[in-house]
This record gives sequence, C-alpha cells and structure tokens, in this order.
Amino acid sequence: MDLRFTPEELAFRDEVRAFFAANLPPSICTKLVEGKRLTKDDIVTWQRILNKKGWAVANWPVEWGGTGWSPVQQYIFQEQLQLTPAPQPLGFGVTMVGPVIIAFGSQAQKKRHLPAIANLDVWWCQGFSEPGAGSDLASLRTAAKREGDHYVVNGQKTWTTLAQHADWIFCLVRTDPQAKKQEGISFLLIDMKTPGITVRPIITIEGGHEVNEVFFDDVKVPCENLVGQENRGWDYAKYLLGRERTGIARVGLSKERVRRIKELAGMERAGDKPLIEDERFREKLAALEVELKALEMTQLRVVAAERHRTDNKPDPASSILKIKGSEIQQATTELLLEVVGPYAIPFQPEHEDDERWNEPPVGPEWAGPIAPTYFNWRKTSIYGGSNEIQKNIIAKAILGL
Amino acid sequence: MDFDLSEEQRLLKESLERLTAERYAFEQRRTYGRSREGWSRELWAQYAELGLLGLPFAERYGGSSGGPVETMIAMEAFGRALALEPYLATVVLGGGFLRHAGSAEQCAALIPKIAGGSLTAAFAHTERHSRYDLADIETRAVRDGSGWVLDGEKGIVLHGDSADQLIVTARTAGGRRDRDGIGVFIVDGASEGVSRRGYPTQDGLRAAEISFAQVRVGPEGVLGEPEAALPLVERVVDEAIAALCAEAVGAMAAMHELTVEYLKTRRQFGREIGSFQILQHRAVDMLIALEQARSMAMFATMMAAEENAAERRNALSAAKVQIGRSGKFVGQQAVQLHGGIGMTMEYKLGHYFKRVTMIDTIFGDADHHLRELARRGVSGAPG
Ligand SMILES: Cc1cc2nc3c(=O)[nH]c(=O)nc-3n(C[C@H](O)[C@H](O)[C@H](O)COP(=O)(O)OP(=O)(O)OC[C@H]3O[C@@H](n4cnc5c(N)ncnc54)[C@H](O)[C@@H]3O)c2cc1C
Repeated sequence: MDLRFTPEELAFRDEVRAFFAANLPPSICTKLVEGKRLTKDDIVTWQRILNKKGWAVANWPVEWGGTGWSPVQQYIFQEQLQLTPAPQPLGFGVTMVGPVIIAFGSQAQKKRHLPAIANLDVWWCQGFSEPGAGSDLASLRTAAKREGDHYVVNGQKTWTTLAQHADWIFCLVRTDPQAKKQEGISFLLIDMKTPGITVRPIITIEGGHEVNEVFFDDVKVPCENLVGQENRGWDYAKYLLGRERTGIARVGLSKERVRRIKELAGMERAGDKPLIEDERFREKLAALEVELKALEMTQLRVVAAERHRTDNKPDPASSILKIKGSEIQQATTELLLEVVGPYAIPFQPEHEDDERWNEPPVGPEWAGPIAPTYFNWRKTSIYGGSNEIQKNIIAKAILGL
Repeated sequence: MDFDLSEEQRLLKESLERLTAERYAFEQRRTYGRSREGWSRELWAQYAELGLLGLPFAERYGGSSGGPVETMIAMEAFGRALALEPYLATVVLGGGFLRHAGSAEQCAALIPKIAGGSLTAAFAHTERHSRYDLADIETRAVRDGSGWVLDGEKGIVLHGDSADQLIVTARTAGGRRDRDGIGVFIVDGASEGVSRRGYPTQDGLRAAEISFAQVRVGPEGVLGEPEAALPLVERVVDEAIAALCAEAVGAMAAMHELTVEYLKTRRQFGREIGSFQILQHRAVDMLIALEQARSMAMFATMMAAEENAAERRNALSAAKVQIGRSGKFVGQQAVQLHGGIGMTMEYKLGHYFKRVTMIDTIFGDADHHLRELARRGVSGAPG
C-alpha cells in the first residue's frame, strides 16, 4: 500500500495543471468558481480546446481519439478539471453515448458520430426518462415501430437535460411491446431536427432552464440509427449507466467548494470576527472535510482496483460513490448558504431574458447564485438513479439481499 | 395545561382556511406574485374585513385584542397558503413596535390604518455586515433640535419596497455592536432622503435595500427610548420569530401532506411507491420532524409574551433551532420523495421548500440560535 502518486503521475498532474492554467479562458473559470451557469458557447469553446490537445475524450480507446491513460491518470485528469475548476467535457457525448457507440455501434456510426462528439460539433442529450418511467426506467413506453427502412417514433421523454441546445438525442424506445419489459427496448439515435420533435422547457425551482420535455409525434428515424441489435437496448443502457466509475463522486468539485467556503467565510463576519474563526462553524467544516477525505480514499481504492478488472461490468461500488458524493456535494451547498446568511434572500437574475439581469448585485457580489445552487443541487440525489435506487442496487449486488 | 383552541380561535382558523382555499390556489398566487407590488391589495382589503389586520391590537384602535395564539393561527394559515402579503412586516413587526412602544398619539395615528388595511409597514434593520446580530447597527441618528437626522443603509427589508411607513433602527450613541445607544424611528417611506431598491426574493416575496440620506424625523417619530431601545427590538423580533415558526409549520405540514399524497398515487415498478418501506419510514421521519416543529412553534407562541426577557429569548432561540432543522429535513425529503417533479417551478412543493429555507435565514438561522443558547446558557448573560 502506498498513498503517494509515482513521480510520473505527479509529473502528469503538473502537465495537466499547466495546460489548464495556460488555456482555460478565465471568464469560464470565474463563472464556475462563482457558481454561475455556463453558456453553450463556454462549454463548446473549452471542449474544443481540450480536443485540440487530444484530451476531450480521454476515456475512449486510442483509435477513436482516446489517450490511453491509466485509470490513475484518468482520475488525476478528472480531479484537475474539477479543482481548477474547468468544465467537464459534455458527458452525454463523451461518457454516455460515445462509449456505447464504441462498444456496440456500427463502423458507420462510429465514423459519423465519434469525431463530432469529441469536438462537440454535435451536442447530444439523453432521452431515457419518461413521465411514467423514472426509477422504473424499464417501463418506458415511447414506441418505435419498424416500417421498411425506418422506425416511426411516438411518445414523450422528460427531464431531458439541455435538450434546448441539442442536435441529437439518444433514446431508449420500445420496439417489442409483447416482450418482457427489459427485453423489448432498443437504443436509437435521433436527429433533433427531424420533423415531429417538439422540445418544451421545464423550469427548475431555482429558476433555471436546464431540463425539458421532448415530444415525438410520428418521427421517422432511419434504421441505420439503431445501435447494436434491436431489443438489446437495455443491456447497452446498463453498460452506459454503470460504466462511469471515476469522477462520479465529484470529489474535486467538493474540494473546490470547500475552498470557496473558506474564502467566503473569511470575508463574512459573525459578530466581531470572521465567520471562519467561529468555532462551531469550523467544526462543521472540519467534519465535512473528514467525510470528503474518506470519500476521496474510497474513490482512489476503486480507481486502483480498476487495474485488475478485465470485464466491463458496472461496479456496484460506483453506487457508493454516487450516494456519498451527492450527499457531500449537497452538504457543501448547505454550508455556503450558511455563510451568506441573510443575503441569501435576494433573488438575483442571471439570465439576459430577465429585465433586471444587468442591475448591480444586491449585497455581496458573490451571493446571487448561492441559494439557487442549494435548491438546484437537490437534483444530485434524484437523477442518474436516485439514492434510494442506488441503495437497492448495493443491497442486491453487494449484500445479496 | 391546555393546547386546545377556544371557540373564537377555532372560528378564526376556519374562516382563514376558507379564505385561503378560495383565494390562494397555486395559479392565483402566481398572478398575485406577478403584480407590481408582488402581492394582492384586494386580498389585503379582505384580510382587513375579516379582522385579521387588527388581530393583535387593542379594540380602541380598531383591533380585537388577540394575543400570540391568534397570530400563530393566522401565520400558520399563511404558511400553508404561501401567502405573499406583508402581514409579518406590517402587523407583526410594525404593529409590534407600536403595541410595545407607541405613544397614545402614535398608536391612534397609525394602528387604525393598519387594522383597516390602508397602511403597510416594514422593519428596516439588517445592515450589510450585521448578519443576525440585532445590536450590530451603523446607521446613525443624530439629534437635531427636537428631532433627529438619519443616515445609513439598510438591507433585506422584507416588503420594504411597498411599505408606507418604515420602522428604522439607528445608532444614537456608542459604537457599532454596543447594546446601548440604539433608537427606533418611524420614517415615512416618502420622506426626502429615503431611496429604495425593491427586488424579488428567492421565495417569491419582495424586499428592498433602503438608504437614508439626511432623513429628518420629528419627535413624533421616536419609538421608545431613543438611546436604549434594543430590548424593545428584541421583544418585537421574538414575536416575529414566533410568527415565523407558525408560518414554517404551516408550510411544512403542507409539504408533508403533498408528499404522503404523492406516495399514494405515484406508481413505479407496478405499484405505489408508498408501498416501499424505506419511503414509508422517510415519510414517518418527516412527520416526527413536523410534530417536533409544531410543538416548538406552540412553545414559541406561549413564550412570546413572557416578561422575563432572558427566558423569553432562550425559548424563542430554541424554537428557531427546531424549526430550522425540521424545515430543512422536511423540505429536502419532500423534494427527494417526489423525484424530478419536486424540482420544478410549476409544482407547489418547491415553493414551500424555498420559503422554509428562507425562513431559516430570517432573524437568525438554526446555528446562530444554537450558538446563542450555548453562550447564554453558559454565561447566564442576558440578551
Ligand atoms: C435536474 C434533472 C436532470 C435530469 N436529466 C435527465 C436526462 O438528461 N435524461 C434523462 O433521461 N433523465 C434525466 N433525469 C431524470 C432522472 O433520472 C429521474 O428523475 C430519476 O430517475 C427519478 O425518476 P422520477 O423523477 O420519475 O422519480 P420516481 O421514480 O417517481 O421516484 C420518486 C421517489 O421514489 C423513490 N423510489 C422509486 N422507486 C423506489 C424503490 N423501488 N425503492 C425505494 N424508493 C424508490 C425515488 O428514490 C424517489 O425518491 C433528470 C432529473 C433531474 C431532476
């Protein structure tokens, strides 16, 4: 056992850091530090910078532009992204549909889609959830009926993150209504410009437009857009959902938030001294840091174990990382809320479509996004398999209950 | 010992519930919130008609001589309805200062108008760095003949953008954070030198940043002792905390009901999600948190009029701790058990969650009051 990174790994970390320092546009970094929303442009700009360097799809096989890094290097790269902080390459493409196409797609699909994902020429969104199919995803009803050389898709997806920016959507659709529910599902790639698709915004509690409903009304999708085999989509979806082991806990993001908490608590006063000198506050922060350190160690153990794995099966340990990671992220947003105190109350618009958006901030200039982030971050224990569902997975897969 | 409501109190509760059921559906609330002032003048007039705006005032000023229990009943109903009107600011805070320190002339001039619905008030107290310390005041009041001149900046004045009268705290002597040397003044919102910047709050209400530049206040605008009014401020704030506790309980109870209802109707895996034991237990934990909060809101109500200031302060701090903690748990779990739906602006639940979260940051969050309890408990110091 050895906790230290090797000299090569340390040199790698320094290389990543130096590249980020030299190439990440400061305005993007500042938005992330302050908890503000990134625009589509910000995300595209940064991913293209990474892609030019050959780092946008670090986790992919080398032949499709991947880096061939070891799991530890992948981890270091992820952590540096979160610590800097820099935007993550767009997950829907890079960690979701990309790997599925690589593993199960046709050669033509790979050629067509993979380079565009790497360079974010094409923005993907994830069409899994439906109004009636959330935790019970396999009960989805959006239907794809084969008619000659295309499918006709009818139904509705919901909670589709950033569909308003998307060029393409990858969907789970029902192709065999007679089969057992997991066995009649296929994985379909759909161009968002196809006639019959309507996107409607869902505004989340803090006021942001992050998710959408997507409606399909007789949407014609060429059969060549089917990934792998018909009615095997559930397997591909499981592959997708369980694959991401590093990064899921977002340890780097929580570390960056802790840094921010310390910075702001040094500026805010409680009584006659800065809040950061208040004993009760310090103890709470220390307790959070202990939890975060434990999570980091757990994550490193999972990363290190990766070397010995030969299969590509989902690791139930990723459920532990998801649960603990979301809880700690949420705890950081609670502490930030505590730091800002009564100045959490004013609502400060961030969007240009709000008539007040360019008014000077009310109270401390950093206060605006803090309450919205707290509200919004409740999502992390709901999406991607809720924490209750993750516990069901652990109970079954690890404990055999 | 008796936790029952009197016949009259029961009637008050019922008439409030009827009113809010008729006039505070989610869609209606949205319409009120979009209006210029962010609340409904028309409903305000109905509150006056029902006697709600005169609840705590003496009959000779048009009130009905109610006590903290009546305020609790009203605030709980407003919490359930997610009411947007400036009841806390006008009746509880503004009215509180007048009840406890208003001269006969001040009361006669203002209370009948409050009770009649023609006058609203707001409490301009918090400053940029004062956080939850009631004595941390830099705004200055300097004597000028028989009157005073006010200079300074106040923030997060709840409903301060539309208030006719502002109740302003200012330092008349001593240094910032001294307990002595604080005065309370009534300032007409239209006075020269008052400028306000109104804005919406996270929970859909309104507040304002207000600056006072050489604002002149006559002798008739002084409330209580101009150099020793902190105990008055504490007393009124304690009543406001009791009222906020009741409001939070109303909101929590509504969140709990919505959640239990959802567990019974939402189906996944071929059955109601309420059939999963983990979710049943979670809903039970929410109920326990709610009942603990309700108990402390009642405690706060019964202690709000306590003459012994040290006991009263401790009681109200304890209540605020419980409300803050229960509110956080109930709110977070209500969202969690709703899944994605709980995260949306279109659904009522999230608005309760936001309101309860913001209530924690008004007049001291749970941690602030824990610190206060620990400090006062150990040193036995007053205040
Ligand atoms: C901000 C946000 C972004 C999202 N982005 C996307 C996206 O881009 N693409 C996409 O496809 N989906 C997306 N989702 C959807 C997300 O994956 C679902 O919300 C999630 O799967 C939960 O489903 P649900 O909302 O229908 O809740 P439900 O499944 O109805 O769950 C309600 C509650 O019941 C609990 N529950 C359900 N079943 C069980 C059980 N068996 N045992 C114990 N408890 C149970 C849940 O944990 C939850 O607390 C997003 C959601 C959010 C909030």
